[in-house]
Amino acid sequence: MRGATHAKWAVCAVSVALAATACGGGSTVAEGAGIVRSSWGDPQNPIEPANTNEVQGGKVLDLLFRGLKRYDPKTGEAENMVAEKIDTTDQQNFTVTLKTGLTFSNGEKVTAKSFVDAWNYGAHIDNKQNNSPFFANIQGYDDVHPASGNAKAKTMSGLVVKDERTFTVKLKEKFSTWPETLGYQAFSPLPQAFFKDHDAWLKKPVGNGPYTVESYTKGSSMKLRAWDGYKGPDKAQNGGVDLVVYTDNNTAYTDLMAGNLDLVDDVPAKQLKNVKSDLGDRYINQPALIIQTVVFPMYDKRWNKPGMEKVRKGLSMAINRDEITKQIYQETRTPATDWTSPALHDKGGYEEGLCGDACTYNPEQAKKLIDEGGGLPGGKVQLTSNVDTGSHRDWMDAVCNSINNALGKGAVCTVNPVGTFADFKNQIAGFKMTGPFRSGWQADYPLIQNFLQPLYATGGSSNYGKFENKEFDGLIAEANRESDPAAAVAKFQEAEKILAEQMPAIPLWYQNGSAGYSDLISDVQLNQFSVPVYDQIKVS
Amino acid sequence: MGRYVIRRLLQMIPVFIGSTFLIFVMVYALGDPVAALFGDKAPDPATAARIRKELYLDQPLWKQYLHYMGQIFQGDFGTAFNGQKVTELLASAYPVTLRLTLVAVVIELVVGITLGVVSGLRRGRTVDTSVLVLTLVVISVPTFVSGYVLQFLFGVKWAVIRPTVSPEAPFSELLLPGTVLALVSLAYVTRLTRTSIAENVRADYLRTAVAKGLPRRRIITRHLLRNSLIPVITFIGTDIGALMGGAIVTEKIFNIHGVGYQIYQGILRNNAPTVVGFVTILVIVFLLANLLVDLLYAVLDPRIRYA
Amino acid sequence: MDLAMSEAETLEKAPGGPPLGTGPGKPRSLWSDAWYQLRRNPIFLVSGLLILFLVVISLWPGLIATGNPLECHLAKAQEGSQPGHPFGYDSQGCDVYTRTVYGARASITVGVCATLGAALLGSLLGGLAGFFGGWWDALLSRVADIFFGIPVILGGLVLLSVVTSSTVWPVVGFIVLLGWPQISRIARGSVITAKQNDYVQAARALGAGNGRMLLRHVAPNAVAPVIVVATIALGTYIALEATLSFLGVGLRPPTVSWGIDIANAAQSIRNAPHMLLWPAGALSITVLAFIMLGDAVRDALDPKLR
Repeated sequence: MRGATHAKWAVCAVSVALAATACGGGSTVAEGAGIVRSSWGDPQNPIEPANTNEVQGGKVLDLLFRGLKRYDPKTGEAENMVAEKIDTTDQQNFTVTLKTGLTFSNGEKVTAKSFVDAWNYGAHIDNKQNNSPFFANIQGYDDVHPASGNAKAKTMSGLVVKDERTFTVKLKEKFSTWPETLGYQAFSPLPQAFFKDHDAWLKKPVGNGPYTVESYTKGSSMKLRAWDGYKGPDKAQNGGVDLVVYTDNNTAYTDLMAGNLDLVDDVPAKQLKNVKSDLGDRYINQPALIIQTVVFPMYDKRWNKPGMEKVRKGLSMAINRDEITKQIYQETRTPATDWTSPALHDKGGYEEGLCGDACTYNPEQAKKLIDEGGGLPGGKVQLTSNVDTGSHRDWMDAVCNSINNALGKGAVCTVNPVGTFADFKNQIAGFKMTGPFRSGWQADYPLIQNFLQPLYATGGSSNYGKFENKEFDGLIAEANRESDPAAAVAKFQEAEKILAEQMPAIPLWYQNGSAGYSDLISDVQLNQFSVPVYDQIKVS
Repeated sequence: MGRYVIRRLLQMIPVFIGSTFLIFVMVYALGDPVAALFGDKAPDPATAARIRKELYLDQPLWKQYLHYMGQIFQGDFGTAFNGQKVTELLASAYPVTLRLTLVAVVIELVVGITLGVVSGLRRGRTVDTSVLVLTLVVISVPTFVSGYVLQFLFGVKWAVIRPTVSPEAPFSELLLPGTVLALVSLAYVTRLTRTSIAENVRADYLRTAVAKGLPRRRIITRHLLRNSLIPVITFIGTDIGALMGGAIVTEKIFNIHGVGYQIYQGILRNNAPTVVGFVTILVIVFLLANLLVDLLYAVLDPRIRYA
Repeated sequence: MDLAMSEAETLEKAPGGPPLGTGPGKPRSLWSDAWYQLRRNPIFLVSGLLILFLVVISLWPGLIATGNPLECHLAKAQEGSQPGHPFGYDSQGCDVYTRTVYGARASITVGVCATLGAALLGSLLGGLAGFFGGWWDALLSRVADIFFGIPVILGGLVLLSVVTSSTVWPVVGFIVLLGWPQISRIARGSVITAKQNDYVQAARALGAGNGRMLLRHVAPNAVAPVIVVATIALGTYIALEATLSFLGVGLRPPTVSWGIDIANAAQSIRNAPHMLLWPAGALSITVLAFIMLGDAVRDALDPKLR
């Protein structure tokens, strides 16, 4: 192998004068065996645990950090990682005990203070961290993060360091599944280096995970190397990971085929037809914690007056999900039959078919229901989404065609494309919609609560349709107080049945994680956030 | 001549102020960027308000603009939302794009003028018709397709080049992207050259040159071409902007992190400092390019003088 | 082949002026002379017929396509040619033939109107700037520079997103707004060269007024590059409409256009190249017709060719 590499370099050296381009591709392989070259996107925000809320930054955090808990990539269950145990007697006061002997890659010990300082930093309004609401149920959050004005305290009173390995957390109210949420990356510990020289840390982040940052060129690449000193159970099985920024996933796919890349974790929709012939079985397509829905503006009288639930249901029944997921998405989306995700598994609260007939294509019944409910407002329906990312335009056209074909009244459904996500977001966050609009939801942790409460409970943080239903709210509150997980799940599902009746949002499909990889690597899997489990990848 | 150049350079000042203001207002009109920073989640009101305050977004438009200009004069072009300084982005994107543009312009000049001269001299013949057909293909097939197909053939199927450009973006890797970028403009350059040549081939001075028995090569390069080039270089002067700022598709296909990409990102994220910074430099490039073109007029046609 | 030879040939082949005696009694003006030339040019006739055909199709697409361009059946997505559907289906399962025929109206309206608008505005402003020079030139050229700087995407998102009209006119207006600077630079360049010609200087010396000089001596000699650029721009403007539509600010559904279909097809080029072939072919023919027309007009205006 070594000889071959040398020979290759020799050939390259000779041919440089002729065609300098030809050797570019091979260089990465030659310099360090065992490196996984993976596609990446430029993170939206600087990489900080409490400020990262999208997949690309999340990828790096997953390589660099280990929190108290970690979700098993296969089962999705939250397992202790840095935590030795998390105890509670009343579902409100928790005592966290850490494992011993763990350090950050710069040598600092991982202590109770690493967590408490990190969480206080993440919650404090002055630090403008996107994920600060994740700390909102800790006692004292409102003092460091008031709704307006300056902070009244530096730290949250609910967090107390007992000794090097132990700290206690007091929540504002009972929340039985709170420890399960701690696998989310916002709850990662931070070394003191983060606070001492913040700019230097951002240039080269330091964490306690299986990898360390070797170099980071913003906007183009990050080289991570396996950290020898890592003591966790999920030690890296490869020499490192090179993340390369691609501005277009199509290009990444081309590079994968050309052998310049080992792993593309987002195969473009238009290439799905070729995946089998290009990659054979080196392709993964599995459920992730993502659901796509179409939300109705319940704050608009025309969509919310009595009888309109029939119209909303009718529209749902006019959408041929099977055909769209097959023809547009080549089955990398699965027709949705509830409001959660199969990645939760039955135990976590996913229930296939919970939505019942209302999510099954039935043009006859759709027509009938819409007529019974008084018809579409103004005889028309306009579907809105941003079109600057993803393949939103394609499915919107397909959904409208499906509705138009089912109703047989001409082009009653039209699409309303919005140029930028920012514009779209401002419109929905400002409650300015007059018709149904796209909503994609990726759960932060594999809990059914996360699929329901923020989206459909009154005052929920992402309840963009302003759906309000007392019975639903009551069931959610009951479920949160329940200490038995199975009983809690049952309550959540009871609440979900109200969604099936009222149809404030039409479930379209569950989005899968899809990834393709080269023949140089093996043991590739995706976790439920559709991020590759890098540490398990083996390089041949 | 010297005074003319100085006057033209002085005109940069109002253009600089005008274009920064115009672009600033346009990005402002795109709307509030803060909500989008929170992804699919609802923005936390307190955090969003704090971010707006720090970015001066809670101020009226004119105050935002003055604040921005004030910072520029201290050498601070602001920051993109991912925490990178706009000056850093400019320094990394412009050299790459300049190289890409240079490749494209050279291809336009060499290939476009050659094809134009040949088809202009052989009007109505097979060569002329083939060039016309090529022109039509280039116009009707989108860059996305030509770029993708060429990349697939050269990079994957025959594996003779690396399909994407590395961050250093050396000239050798930019040959294919430069060709793709130049394709549409090639159609213009070829047709413009062809028309000029066809027109000038009948001019009196050319008959004189032919009558004098000058060598064919010398007639074409010194007499015919020189007098036919003015529309061509005018076009290329105007095209530099399109090549530099509008190469979004080409840059995406070949994964080049250049000016087009940065402007596009800045627009999608409603980030005024990025867009204004990049566009302003672009406008200055046009000014210089157009000045150069005007000076070239005088070189190509000595009758044209500037005072 | 020797240059002198080919030169001699073209000279022989070039049609002579109007035959003596058959022409009208009094000498014709340059423009009516050009029209006379034009009518006798076969290229002009061919391009004229093509354009007539395209206009008829735009006005009455139902003449040659009986289907409904908006009737799509996803089950047939990307299927190839079959009886009754010679061009196959696109990604949404719509009939490619019907959509190509129905797309003519929007695409040709956008292409022709935007080109005319940009060419007229551009050559007027650019021509004046080149002819008069001085502060007028400086002002116009610098305004054009700023316009060059506006990224199409930014301009489209800002200016077109506020318009709710579902007609093609906002798109046409926007393309004219972004397109005129380029044509004005070209026109300015040719006018600067043309006004140096001996006969223009002679006319000036003889006391010809500015208007007369511009119209009779400068414009006919400066128009060729503008025509060339405009005819090619016609094709790129039709494609530009698709870019705008993809941003969500171009033509609104249910309008059908080649640009949108070409852009859609481009994404699936590996699996369904037939989707690209037909709308792109239609665009090629349109551009060809206008390039031929432009060539014919240019030839007619060039007295040296007679």
